[in-house]
Amino acid sequence: MTLETELQIPPPARLAIANVSKWFTTSRGPVHALDQVSLQVTEGEFVCLVGPSGCGKSTLLNMIAGLEMPGQGALVAGGKPIKGPSRERMMMFQESALFPWLDVFGNVMFSLKRKPGLSDAERREVAEYYLRLVGLEKFMHANIHELSGGMKQRVALARALAPNPRVLLMDEPFAALDALTREQLYGDLQKIWAKRKVTIVFVTHNVREAACLGDRVVLFSPHPGRIREQFKIDLPRPRDINSVALAAYATKIMSALKGHLIADHAEGQE
Amino acid sequence: MKRFFTAAAFFAALVAAWHWAYIARIWSPVLVPSPESVLRYLWEIARDGSLWSCTVVTMKRLLAGYFIGLLAGVPLGFLTARVQALRDTLGVMALGLQGLPSVCWVPLALLWFGQTEAAMLFVVVMGTLWSVILATETGVRNVNPIYIRAASTMGSNGVHAWVHVMLPASLPFILSGMKQGWAFAWRSLMAAEIYVTIMTGFGLGHLLHYGRELNAMEQVVAIMLIIVLIGLLADKILFSPCERFLHRRWGTEK
Repeated sequence: MTLETELQIPPPARLAIANVSKWFTTSRGPVHALDQVSLQVTEGEFVCLVGPSGCGKSTLLNMIAGLEMPGQGALVAGGKPIKGPSRERMMMFQESALFPWLDVFGNVMFSLKRKPGLSDAERREVAEYYLRLVGLEKFMHANIHELSGGMKQRVALARALAPNPRVLLMDEPFAALDALTREQLYGDLQKIWAKRKVTIVFVTHNVREAACLGDRVVLFSPHPGRIREQFKIDLPRPRDINSVALAAYATKIMSALKGHLIADHAEGQE
Repeated sequence: MKRFFTAAAFFAALVAAWHWAYIARIWSPVLVPSPESVLRYLWEIARDGSLWSCTVVTMKRLLAGYFIGLLAGVPLGFLTARVQALRDTLGVMALGLQGLPSVCWVPLALLWFGQTEAAMLFVVVMGTLWSVILATETGVRNVNPIYIRAASTMGSNGVHAWVHVMLPASLPFILSGMKQGWAFAWRSLMAAEIYVTIMTGFGLGHLLHYGRELNAMEQVVAIMLIIVLIGLLADKILFSPCERFLHRRWGTEK
């Protein structure tokens, strides 16, 4: 494999989630986390999963990553059933989950070193390419604790993109950042996605963030986790989180979310 | 530089006070030898080679036992952290035996192995092993589970994840276990060497012991100094660089 073919964009994968249910056993008894969830994500689509906590959106993301198995139903990525974690589906976490015992470069190399078919020199070049892509080539040899929260998430993004996955899974990656950093990362993520078009499933509880980033916003409701509504966001990119058109979408999604919550609550009271 | 002068001044004052106590004849010179006589004794044993040979004998015993303890302790610590049955058995045993002062192994070692190198080795291994097991277990159990999840999405699981994720992630704990193990091993070896004469090699502990038998206080003090110096050197050469590296990487420095 040459560097050129390695950096070539792989065909993004289609995701097919069919009738997935999941139960957890906790100390307080069984919890019905997901109920009959079906979702199609097309190749190269950016889908945001939104909902209050306990709606199972992170659980679904973990299942797509192969970190958890569904109780019922089937998950298929790129035509292949999901049986476990794979480099084709990389994940980003809310805490960056970067390894503090490695420097920035070492972290990006970690995912590449596990990828066969590359020479060490090629791995280095690939790692440098992705660090440039996220704008951190100057911090290659910095320690993780020296980075700001936003920089950490950029490194995490570089590390997730480095093995050239076909799907990128993001679990509230910007939730712990300050508003200013977050806004900058919205822009950067859209730019990077325009360059390396992977299928992205992005979990958040921030409605505005979802409307800004997603081609489609999927609304979940909790107890048990269900898909309630889907919104197509027809806005040109790159999108500005502060734009009026975007705010209109966010308001619409927010009121839908509130409507479902109130309806569910009333149902519970009866 | 300022730190160096502070330290130098402190130790110079200490030696000066010692020298003054000797000159003033507060205690009998048999009990408090002069700094010069201690130095002279050190110079003698350095010249006739016995200082070197005794240090080598002692360090060989220490390092052999220590590394055996380490090589066994780290994997056992991993296993006790991951296997519930081992945590309830080996883990409890390690906790109990770590509390046992390692000198207490000496009588048992003598009865089992006689006056042999094996007895020395056994005592040092027992001094090292339990604290290394416990520290590794604590380290592994404190590894943030998100590292394991992240690693598994990057294609690292099984042995690779243990070596490249679990082990480095628990290094800060393992290092403190290594330091404690080293201290226990060093203490127990000295106790054993003072306690037991073994014909296969005279260590520093024997020199100390014979100093007492001969009422040669300058020998006793000189060997104590050497033992202290070795302890300090071990810390400065073996552990401090590792600790500094970990502090820099993890950002745990003050």
